Amino acid sequence: MAHGSHAASDAHDDHKPHGWRRWVFATNHKDIGTMYLIFAGTMFFIGGLMAMVIRLELFKPGLQFVDPMFFNSMTTMHALFMIFGAVMPAWTGLANWQIPLQVGAPDMALPRLNNFSFWILPFAFTILGATLFVPGGGPSGGWTLYPPLSLQASESFPMTIFAIHLMGASSILGAINVIVTIMNMRAPGITLLRMPLFVWTWLITAYLLIAVMPVLAGAVTMLLTDHFFGTTFFTAAGGGDPVMFQHIFWFFGHPEVYILILPAFGVVSEIIPTFSRKPLFGYEAMVYATASIAFLSFIVWAHHMFTVGMPLAGQLFFMLSTMLIAIPTGVKVFNWTATMWKGSLTFEPPMLFAISFLFLFTIGGFSGLMLGVVPADYQYHDTYFVVAHFHYVLVPGAVFSIMAAVYYWLPKWTSRMYDMTLAKWHFWLSAIFVNVLFFPQHFLGLAGMPRRIPDYATQFTDWNMVSSIGAFGFGLSQLLFPYIIWKCVKSGAPAPSRAWEGAHGLEWELPTPLPYHTWETPPSAAVIARGAEH
Amino acid sequence: MIRKVMVSLAAAAALVPTAHAESGWHLVNMTQGVTDISRRIYGLHMLIFWVCVAIGAVVFGVMIWSLVVFRKSKGAVPDTTMVHSTKVEIVWTAVPVAILIAMAVPAARTLVELEDTRNTEITIKVTGFQWGWQYDYLADGVLFFSRLDRQSDAARHLLSGIDPTTIDHYLLNVDNPLVVPADTKVRLLVTAADVIHSWWVPAFGMKKDAIPGYVNELWFKVDADKTGLYRGQCVELCGRDHGFMPIVVDVRTKDDFKAWLKSTADAQKQAAAPQQPAAAAPAAG
Repeated sequence: MAHGSHAASDAHDDHKPHGWRRWVFATNHKDIGTMYLIFAGTMFFIGGLMAMVIRLELFKPGLQFVDPMFFNSMTTMHALFMIFGAVMPAWTGLANWQIPLQVGAPDMALPRLNNFSFWILPFAFTILGATLFVPGGGPSGGWTLYPPLSLQASESFPMTIFAIHLMGASSILGAINVIVTIMNMRAPGITLLRMPLFVWTWLITAYLLIAVMPVLAGAVTMLLTDHFFGTTFFTAAGGGDPVMFQHIFWFFGHPEVYILILPAFGVVSEIIPTFSRKPLFGYEAMVYATASIAFLSFIVWAHHMFTVGMPLAGQLFFMLSTMLIAIPTGVKVFNWTATMWKGSLTFEPPMLFAISFLFLFTIGGFSGLMLGVVPADYQYHDTYFVVAHFHYVLVPGAVFSIMAAVYYWLPKWTSRMYDMTLAKWHFWLSAIFVNVLFFPQHFLGLAGMPRRIPDYATQFTDWNMVSSIGAFGFGLSQLLFPYIIWKCVKSGAPAPSRAWEGAHGLEWELPTPLPYHTWETPPSAAVIARGAEH
Repeated sequence: MIRKVMVSLAAAAALVPTAHAESGWHLVNMTQGVTDISRRIYGLHMLIFWVCVAIGAVVFGVMIWSLVVFRKSKGAVPDTTMVHSTKVEIVWTAVPVAILIAMAVPAARTLVELEDTRNTEITIKVTGFQWGWQYDYLADGVLFFSRLDRQSDAARHLLSGIDPTTIDHYLLNVDNPLVVPADTKVRLLVTAADVIHSWWVPAFGMKKDAIPGYVNELWFKVDADKTGLYRGQCVELCGRDHGFMPIVVDVRTKDDFKAWLKSTADAQKQAAAPQQPAAAAPAAG
């Protein structure tokens, strides 16, 4: 074996602090990746619990369980926890685990920065979560924090802003680490266009993060000074402009949407070729499509706010630029489909999640296209149709692909195989309930139900009940996920170093059990050649 | 299959002991509305919908075909040489471009018309506040507030003990509806007093944010034969009672409207008149 010599030397190099020190002072990309993933999972369940409160209250008309203010807090916090606490840290965790393995680097380029960017997060979310217990309750103006409403918040306000600053700092530091690692630590012979797509999509995502997180920080800082220091950036009475906040927020917010989904494109581009036993169709087109989507994400932001009263020319511009996104996104979906075409398919859990991503993300793409058409958007805007749309791209889109990634790489990380039957149960329950949960929300929105309301007119009862039943089913099914992982770590059968028959890529060239330190000497040209089949 | 699951779940949901006046199962699509614009928006919506269905049928068809035919368990052998085809890639870039252009043209046309606020016949200023609406008939001296009606207001509180299904138009009824004439181009100037609200009546196909410091415009022209009550809600999160600030528009014939406007203006004048000496009194004292 080409890497036999360094595998042997790993045996005595495997020194690390033990007990709590291993985690608090962690600099190993695998340990930090694990912490990120565990953190993301925890936030996923807390955010999920908030979603259960929302769906419980909406099960039938009338207020049965919570006060409208608490309901508004739940919708606000659910979004913040899921976006900044669950999905983004999950991607950073996956980046930590996979990027060094996939580019043949011994670790992330900046290990102590890596430690710092992770350990900011528990503090940020403790502060955010604590707002629920201060006088006046948690933030309740929506995660978009539109002023003047967000300025009406009480004690929770500065805590929320500080927490968002911390999350932003963590994301920026994580993104810097990813860029420096990819640009400087690739093994000799791994040129940019020989990188796996997960690495490519993360590279582009990292640039998006660095571009827009400071914009969010600026926007929330202006809110802070408006609230405490007498500025009037967003207060019309003082010459400010509440709509300007929306422009700034969505200049961050739309690239943010792609920050959540681009790494998913990368994961799916790894998994579909593996289980089709066929190289990815149109590798270069995939890279360019990802870059185009990232570029377009900067010029479509105002499609989130067509109803604010923009000039006609502005509306036309943002409608056309939004429709353009369908082109590179279409290219991606077609490439994935072409990868399966004339393949030799098997349906292990990662592939099942990737296939359902393909179908359901496409449905979310269709409703996105519909929302881009301005006159129709006048009817869809701020209704449950929008809620259905972004949950289709975020849950069976981003979240399913995170699960796919975990099921794909877990045998590499733990050197053990998980319970395939249980994982398939997890998949089928998730895939069925996610549709029961979100599909009826299209109907509710089209029939005229606004989003972010704690109670509704009686004609919306039936579909809300269906949606809530779907939510409870989906929520309960997710309990299988940590159980399957725990069982795998505890008592899974040993996994071969190449866990999947069709898997290609440097990570599968590493031995099993996976050493604590990997690629301390860069992989040889022969190993790279074996791994570089996309 | 998903449909089947939904139907069976729907059956399960029906067992839950909640009686409500009318079933809502049929409410699955956008209303066609009662204005020319709202029907055109509906047409546009259905056009994009069917375009999506057609693209979906092709793309999902190919996916499902692959899932069924190219299975390893059926002895499928991968064609590992199939990694790139410039010809195919040009086709699947060009075809969507053509479809998008075909959709953008009618969309842009409708949008241009929708934004044409010339030749309006009556202007009403709408001010959103926490939590209700104020309507000001600028040229006619009629001004009033419009809030959630008392019945809904009593039933909407946490554990009120009142069954919402027993209430007429629960959460969609107000004390004083906005009254407008049919067959007339009505312009609303929309603004807000405190935070951002959004005025929406689905049947008119129109929604505009009410923003403090801004005056937005929207217009609608209800068909002459479509008089009656139309309902909507605030659609921009505006705080605690965001879910409880409905909009009701009472569309009347032109003559009825004129009569209503005159009598309301007179009544408001009379109500204001006796207060004038009283208001002057403190100044004299």
